[in-house]
Amino acid sequence: MHGYDYLLILAFFALVLLPAPLLGRFYYNVMEGQRTFLTPVMGPVERICYRLSGVDPTVEHNWKTYTIALLAFNLAGFVVLFAILLLQGSLPLNPQGLPGMEWSLAFNTTMSFVTNTNWQSYSGEASLSYLSQMAGLTVQNFVSAATGIAVLVAFCRGISRRSTQHLGNFWADMTRATLYGLLPLCLVLALLLVWQGVPQTFAHYVDAVTLQGTDQTIPLGPAASQIAIKQLGTNGGGFFGVNSAHPFENPTIWSNLFELVSIILIPVALVFTFGHYVKDMRQSRAIIACMLALFLIGGATAMWSEYQPNPALNIASVEQAAPMEGKETRFGTTATVLWAATTTAASNGSVNGMHDSLNPLTGMIALANMMVGEVIFGGVGAGLYGMLLNVLIAVFLAGLMIGRTPEYLGKKLQAREVKLLVATLIVMPVGVLVFGALAATLPGPAGAVSNPGAHGFSQLLYAYTSATANNGSAFGGFSANTPFHNLMLGLSMFIGRFGYILPVLALAGSLAAKKSSPLGQNSFPTHGPLFVTLLTVTILLVGGLTFLPTLALGPIAEHLSLGF
Amino acid sequence: MNMQAPVTKSPDSKIPASKATNHDAQPVAAKTGLAALWRPALVQAFVKLDPRQLHRAPVMLVVELTAVLTTVLCLIPDPAVPTSVAVQIAIWLWFTVLFANFAEALAEGRGKARADSLKAGSEGLKARIQGANGSYEMVNAATLRKGDVVRVEAGELIPGDGEVIEGIAAVNEAAITGESAPVIRESGGDRSAVTGNTRLVSDWLLVRISANPGESTLDRMIALVEGAKRQKTPNEVALDILLIGLTLIFLLVVVTLQPFAHFAGGNLPLVFLVALLVTLIPTTIGGLLSAIGIAGMDRLVRLNVIAKSGRAVEAAGDVHVLLLDKTGTITFGNRRCAAVYSAPGATPKELSEGTLLASLADDTAEGKSIVEYLRGQHPMTEPAPSQLTAVPFTAETRLSGVDFEGRVYRKGAVDSLLKFLGRDRSDLPPVLAREIDKIAKTGGTPLLVCGDGKLLGAIHLKDVVKPGIRERFEELRKLGIRTVMVTGDNPLTAAAIAAEAGVDDVLAEATPEKKLERIRQEQNDGRLVAMCGDGANDAPALAQADVGMAMNDGTQAAREAANMVDLDSDPTKLLDVVQIGKELLVTRGALTTFSIANDVAKYFAILPALFAAIYPQLGVLNIMHLASPQSAILSAIVFNALIIVVLIPLALRGVRVQAASAAHLLRRNLLVYGLGGLVVPFVGIKVIDLLLTALHLV
Repeated sequence: MHGYDYLLILAFFALVLLPAPLLGRFYYNVMEGQRTFLTPVMGPVERICYRLSGVDPTVEHNWKTYTIALLAFNLAGFVVLFAILLLQGSLPLNPQGLPGMEWSLAFNTTMSFVTNTNWQSYSGEASLSYLSQMAGLTVQNFVSAATGIAVLVAFCRGISRRSTQHLGNFWADMTRATLYGLLPLCLVLALLLVWQGVPQTFAHYVDAVTLQGTDQTIPLGPAASQIAIKQLGTNGGGFFGVNSAHPFENPTIWSNLFELVSIILIPVALVFTFGHYVKDMRQSRAIIACMLALFLIGGATAMWSEYQPNPALNIASVEQAAPMEGKETRFGTTATVLWAATTTAASNGSVNGMHDSLNPLTGMIALANMMVGEVIFGGVGAGLYGMLLNVLIAVFLAGLMIGRTPEYLGKKLQAREVKLLVATLIVMPVGVLVFGALAATLPGPAGAVSNPGAHGFSQLLYAYTSATANNGSAFGGFSANTPFHNLMLGLSMFIGRFGYILPVLALAGSLAAKKSSPLGQNSFPTHGPLFVTLLTVTILLVGGLTFLPTLALGPIAEHLSLGF
Repeated sequence: MNMQAPVTKSPDSKIPASKATNHDAQPVAAKTGLAALWRPALVQAFVKLDPRQLHRAPVMLVVELTAVLTTVLCLIPDPAVPTSVAVQIAIWLWFTVLFANFAEALAEGRGKARADSLKAGSEGLKARIQGANGSYEMVNAATLRKGDVVRVEAGELIPGDGEVIEGIAAVNEAAITGESAPVIRESGGDRSAVTGNTRLVSDWLLVRISANPGESTLDRMIALVEGAKRQKTPNEVALDILLIGLTLIFLLVVVTLQPFAHFAGGNLPLVFLVALLVTLIPTTIGGLLSAIGIAGMDRLVRLNVIAKSGRAVEAAGDVHVLLLDKTGTITFGNRRCAAVYSAPGATPKELSEGTLLASLADDTAEGKSIVEYLRGQHPMTEPAPSQLTAVPFTAETRLSGVDFEGRVYRKGAVDSLLKFLGRDRSDLPPVLAREIDKIAKTGGTPLLVCGDGKLLGAIHLKDVVKPGIRERFEELRKLGIRTVMVTGDNPLTAAAIAAEAGVDDVLAEATPEKKLERIRQEQNDGRLVAMCGDGANDAPALAQADVGMAMNDGTQAAREAANMVDLDSDPTKLLDVVQIGKELLVTRGALTTFSIANDVAKYFAILPALFAAIYPQLGVLNIMHLASPQSAILSAIVFNALIIVVLIPLALRGVRVQAASAAHLLRRNLLVYGLGGLVVPFVGIKVIDLLLTALHLV
């Protein structure tokens, strides 16, 4: 690694960690309807939205109403997007005259964008019209991220409120998350990207003749606006097929830094928002510490692994730098590994290199980041509520050891809560192991992998892990665009999203209804180094015990077979 | 058992308490030692293999199913697994279930032995029930319903729990309390409750039965310590759900391994997959969970406290606030002499002689304490009682004392004695007046003493705080539990005693309404409250409190409102109940953590063995250097079974809870059971592997 590699890492952490506390407080103020510096601009827009849709933002929902509103909204989004994708051939803003999508691919794509996964079995420039990209995908990029924020704040309210049914107004939460939480930041990022050379145009693709004399079609489009939200909303679905490895999607080292920071900026900020909800910033710091610990363990391992010399070249007396296969020469190894670790930790799924080409252990870190349930920063909103579920599990497991009924911030964890927690614990094993086993067993689907043996297994495992964890990044080398995989991966994304959201909202309702016992010397300490260690170990243990055998058959076996 | 109706027997107070009711009662009460219990428990371990019983422990049911499966698989030879290894795995799987059953049976045995000794004699008991026309007829006590009125004569056993509605009698409650001195039970007032199976030693009583068959205190207690009937406590239910969830996850992990292995071009022996499943699912805590619960209740029963539900015991571990009556809990019931002060003009000798004489004939506890105090401070030759003419306390004079050799010694409250001397409060010498004020301010009671019309001095009577109680409160404070002293005293007196006893708060001039209000207020702030009480007016507060402990010698109303009854009527036991509640929770948490932490080592033992044929490179994960794939898997299974046995004593005894902050408890227990749970199996599996290899079992 060179000096500029360290500089990149330093800049990355500084740009994320320094503004996050302020942004976190801003989100709290916004979501609780308090006045902020954006109110003069966005306030009128917000009020118009409420008036047009007939919503009274002061009416609060109980958890069931909140859930029904959320499901109805997502269902409507699904239907609209599915229709656009199927019918795009007959819809406007289609300068290339692209036909409608095949139904299983349309199903997969719709599910993928509604669930904030952005798994792409298609290549944007070859399959999607401008309308599909803008009015279809970009809209879902916004609202799926806003949905994550809404679920999170409902959960925060459930934890911080006492003896109440009210979790907030879903419509107001969605409106505020979109108008104040996502739009302004996206505007800033889009402008920065345009400045760095990312196209933002409705013009036709450009036909050019290359130096070699061959014809080439250079795709364009309204890219900057979609890239901004795909990064900030932890969506990850690229405007172009190769995502942020594409020179128009990520042209420079600066755009690379901005996009990289955007991946986890909001997830980190929301951890501080949580601290404001529970009126105890120590809780936020403990959670951040745990996330950072996991991130650093994974990131450092990945970095170390990627800089290992290739054992196959040991006999040849050559000086080895890190492998460059599958990496952009613009960015180099450190930027690629840092991106890979960040995008998988944060449920983003955008890539600036080919994960298939990473060394086995680097690939394993990407897998492991997702397997722990996308809780290391994780998706917008989704990462923190996933992390809070882990907090509750850690508290329940170890909480008994202080001789009291386990309590988190004064709320008792009883049979109902544990039932809901267990429901969320089952999601990853079902999506990854059960669906993955089906895919590995059936001869047709199993043939989707490009390599035999352990590496091929990693490819398959990665696809189902990425889908269930709502990450959306692809390992590559896996031909996912078949009806079987389109449907099964779509199903994985569905359970990976709503298999969490429903129990989380039910938990929010059940916690909100509880009294809260005062915190004191005999309450379970959920801050400080001891708890951070406990939480980190719990996450590693739960994830590790579930997925160690599969990792052994995939990346670990490959790593050992290659002679590393 | 063919029992004689006890009504026909004559009272026989010489029979030892626990057998007083039964001509051939098995001496079970003595047999609570583990040594006597393991044999029947062993039999029970096999009886409990019945899946209908085992379904209460879902994790163990899964193990039993896998044991059946493996037994069947032994008959189908698999070239990859030698039959001898398969047979051994099957045997150890059966052992795993049996060990868990044995733990439960052992825990049950102890509780049941105690319950049986209490229950003994209630079978075949007859009752004299009052008919509609006032006549009596003999019926079987088992048929008595709530509201029935029975008449009990001297020498008979009271046929069921109830309330005295007429009569007064001495009752020997040794059968349940172990205390042989009879107690008085009478209608009305605070001593009206009687317990079934206790013996009337005098007079007669008319008792209204207050419990239907199967609902009496005893029945409830028995239900707490019987595995098959026991209702699981809320925490246990929650933990059970988590264990089922983990079992399900590991089931998915193991079931999907075979397709993944096929994808890699290999095949995994079914027996080994079964072994992996059993080692991963939380068998340690799953097998001991029931035993922990029963043993916790049993500890309570051995304290002579009967809980009506396990829920209350668990809640005791959670309480934030203890409401404790001052009298009897924090202080001894009676005031005691703490000092004497002489009046100006009276020598210390005069004072102590006069005070002693004035108190010698006083039979009250206070009087005795004065005599005791002076004998210690100023020994003197005392006159024989025959030389004294006792003047007892009367409501009119409010004085007591003696006439001795023509001299008149009296002591009494300040105003009464001044009146006796014909003086006024203002006539008090200033020195003495100051002392008296001081005594009153510190919560004591001042008495004056006079001899032959001369004011000799003052006596300081005070509530004496029980020794050791301050330290108990200190421990509770470390656990984060606040103590509130409840007393009818005025705030000044109350505050003085509170300071001495080291309680956190005082509820002075307490009335039942004030108590109830205080409990509600604490609960509204999210706190859990425990209290004890005995009077009928305590009943609403006992019912409102999260943990209410009634005294056995209290009223029936209090006993019904409370969720625990202390047979010894010792309110201090509330502190022990809190301790037991905490131990129960800590034990469960510790073994759960231990159980899950164990899985790491098991993976390192089994995974390389399992995948040896597919990816031999994975052998690097065999960091314990276990001899062979077979020995690795067998060692893990054996460890998994034996660890249950090793932990049975801990499960039955419970993890000790020291008085410390939550953070301290967590750190210590995480270190012992979390880190220990990670490390121990690495050592254990390696040792077992060495043994198995040395014995050529694999």
